[in-house]
Amino acid sequence: MNLKRREALRLTAIIGLMAATGLISEAQAADWNKAAFDGKSLDDVLKALGGSSADKSSAVTINAPDIAENGAVVPVGVTTTLPKTQQIAILVEKNPSALAAQFLMTADTEPFVASRVKMAQTSNVHALVKADGKWYVTTKEVKVTLGGCGG
Amino acid sequence: MADPMRVRAQENGGVVDVKVLMKHDMETGQRKDPAGKVIPAHHITTVTATCKGKVVFEGQFGTAVSKDPFLNFKFKGGAKGDTVSITWVDNRNDKRTDEAKIS
Repeated sequence: MNLKRREALRLTAIIGLMAATGLISEAQAADWNKAAFDGKSLDDVLKALGGSSADKSSAVTINAPDIAENGAVVPVGVTTTLPKTQQIAILVEKNPSALAAQFLMTADTEPFVASRVKMAQTSNVHALVKADGKWYVTTKEVKVTLGGCGG
Repeated sequence: MADPMRVRAQENGGVVDVKVLMKHDMETGQRKDPAGKVIPAHHITTVTATCKGKVVFEGQFGTAVSKDPFLNFKFKGGAKGDTVSITWVDNRNDKRTDEAKIS
């Protein structure tokens, strides 16, 4: 009887340890903003990133083609002339989850980033920029001939 | 498992232009295999760039970043001969670090 109890205790300890290690790896991955990447719309993502509203700004420029032949590889670049840029996020409105990528800037980083994203279909592409504590947004429509998701 | 990245860093007028080509499947978790089963998502989550022990750029990727992601950014404070080091981590905790000398 006593032995069985020992055994049970040992098992609990092992399971507890597994959960703990699981938790640790989860805490490491918490850097990645899951809530923001789960957001379905511009507003969802903005809220998850900690902003309330974004002003339209002509100081933010999206470099993306008007028509993308292949939705799997759409080059998107974002530049801004806003001072003290802290964060840049690229969103594709009609993708299953809107946020494609976000970038954190340091004081030494130039307010410029370029990458390639997938687009499910023709959609608006938003660039969200956080500068000096405030959020700004610019939108550009990109037409997609061949979708880049699913398959 | 992870293949090496291609990193290029060029200094011009005090600004270092870094171009990175990562080798990664970037599975979205939306696609299905021929048997109709969903292929689980497998994608890079964070990318960090450091130069002289300082973080100069940090990116977080969702599933919508293209396969074999390309990344281009610029930072100030690097000189020719310094090393830029890029590390990515994916959602399975796989990671890879590669370096390039600024030219």
